[in-house]
Amino acid sequence: MEVTDEILIDLYKRMVRVRLFEEEAGRLAESARLPGFLHLYVGEEAVAAGVCAALKNEDQITSTHRGHGHLLAKGGDFNRMMAELMGKATGYCNGKGGSMHICDLDLAMLGANGIVGAGVPISVGAAYANKLTSNGLISVSFFGDGATNIGAFHEAANMAAALSLPMLFVCENNEYAEYSPRHKTMAIADVIERAAAYGFPGAIVDGMDSVAVFEAATLAIEKIRNGEGPMMLECKTYRFYDHVGVKGTASNYRTDEEVEEMRKRDPLVIHEARLVESGVMNDEEIQAFKDEIQKEVDASVEFAEQSPFPESDDILVDVYTNGGVS
Amino acid sequence: MSPDNIFEGASGSENSESNSGERKLGYGAAVVETMAQIMREDESVFLAGEDVGAHGGVFGYFRGLQPEFGDERVVDTPIAEQAIIGLGIGAAVQGMRPVVDLMFMDFICVAMDQIANQAAKLKYMFGGGAKLPLTITTAGGAGLSAAAQHSQSLEAMLCHIPGLKVAMPSDAYEVKGLLTSCIREDNPTVFIINKRKLADACHVPEELFEIPLGKGHIFREGSDVTLVAIGRMVDEARGAADILSEEGIDCELINPRTVQPLDIDLIVESVSKTGNLVIVHEAVRFGGIGAEIAAQIQEEAFDYLDAPIGRVAAPFSPIPFSPVLEKQYVPDAERIAAGVRNLS
Repeated sequence: MEVTDEILIDLYKRMVRVRLFEEEAGRLAESARLPGFLHLYVGEEAVAAGVCAALKNEDQITSTHRGHGHLLAKGGDFNRMMAELMGKATGYCNGKGGSMHICDLDLAMLGANGIVGAGVPISVGAAYANKLTSNGLISVSFFGDGATNIGAFHEAANMAAALSLPMLFVCENNEYAEYSPRHKTMAIADVIERAAAYGFPGAIVDGMDSVAVFEAATLAIEKIRNGEGPMMLECKTYRFYDHVGVKGTASNYRTDEEVEEMRKRDPLVIHEARLVESGVMNDEEIQAFKDEIQKEVDASVEFAEQSPFPESDDILVDVYTNGGVS
Repeated sequence: MSPDNIFEGASGSENSESNSGERKLGYGAAVVETMAQIMREDESVFLAGEDVGAHGGVFGYFRGLQPEFGDERVVDTPIAEQAIIGLGIGAAVQGMRPVVDLMFMDFICVAMDQIANQAAKLKYMFGGGAKLPLTITTAGGAGLSAAAQHSQSLEAMLCHIPGLKVAMPSDAYEVKGLLTSCIREDNPTVFIINKRKLADACHVPEELFEIPLGKGHIFREGSDVTLVAIGRMVDEARGAADILSEEGIDCELINPRTVQPLDIDLIVESVSKTGNLVIVHEAVRFGGIGAEIAAQIQEEAFDYLDAPIGRVAAPFSPIPFSPVLEKQYVPDAERIAAGVRNLS
């Protein structure tokens, strides 16, 4: 498969959008300008970017606690995202969902999810609708290594295989289930070993390299669209910050040396080197590109801060489609 | 009752809005007929669950659907309650109108995350963008010596979760009208089939019709006491009303039909006339729907009450296996009558 210059730029744009938005969100959280919990995706951008670049707009995705990256990589809007993180009426969820429930049905992004593993069965449902209506779409579920230990994952994986659904399972293995290392929470070396138990193929991918993810996803998606049933990618990646909040270093569950080592494999750095090396962009162009996106991020903060909070009457709106409260 | 004989020996109990001499249909048969008619008119409706296809459901109330609609619209799933509900949620968000079956109501506990944290909340969490026309069918109720994990009435757990609607048909007529409404509803609904009612027949119109969710029904008018009965308890409450009638106590019997939304206005109106209220349900008394009704009535109709509100419900224990103990567990006409007499 030829990875064209356009694709290289597209992958980079998706990653930079996630990175700059997330860093900004982290700064806002640290200065107490965002309510609630914040689960940053920084470090894992290559996975969302590589997979989403291989999808059609209408292909559905479900996401995780760490869902900002998936929505942004699929083309999410900075303003509506930032407003949602601040609980504003102009946010993606009218301020009622927040970081952990961010969604955009127009982008077929069926929601981040506050329950580990819970998005996977929902992806099965979307895949079933695709199969029943023969619409040629596939559904993708992003989940962490920790989620593969929960029952819902097992049920969903088995059902997707048994019903031969058009679904891609994307494991973002960042080596930690919240604060517990993978080797303490499962007795296998690679999560991908689980795919074989359900009867579908899978591959391990370098989750710090967006091109590797894109190539693997493109290959898998082609097969899935051809009716070969579900597949799984295990993307080996790393979370630069903590499970929740920012910090990332001086922690009691992993060493600073490990974080430093993994930061050398920063997916943006890897990709920038590739862009320069292949002559697609030079350093100045890269910086200009980032500056442009940073301006959009800054504008989203402005937009969000100036947006109104929901009205008190809104509390009962949208509990049910046709209104009505008991 | 054997699960396989639901279409036989229909006992012909009277239904709420019908006259004898018209077409009668069994409670279980009404599920099949309604499903088939809706699936014929709406291609977005499909059914998924354990053994709903080739076997027609363990109680037989999906029998004949897979031969007519094929194995993609009537799907036999793995034994995987969480994934079954997830299947429904994901397909509903994509514009389908799924009916997903949890074989026994007790199994909602296995799938509770998908029901309570996902289905019920998605629309709200997503800022209103999602529609969730999902119907969960499930068999509740005791009386078959199915013991503690295959007999429960857990409607109160579901009613407590904003975003769900919960229907409890008391007869075949309501099965058809409420199931039609549930499937056509754009919100997630739970449709609770009482497994002891399956053979009971009554008049049911041939064509599809809707019973609005949230509208109760006055089963019988009376002047002395309001009896509110849920699901199959409508039968027992009717028996109690007959007993009490001979003693000169005139009962008004109300069947809410859905417990979420709850037609509290109808109950308030009745209590304002009778001055007395007894609530009957098969679920345990503590924290049951009766507690909610009692609380709302004392808020809305305190001045009309002549006596404390009575509740007749199950004792606070798991459902026992032994037929002797189980009979003692489930409220019946005699116990309901005693509950009315005890109003002081």
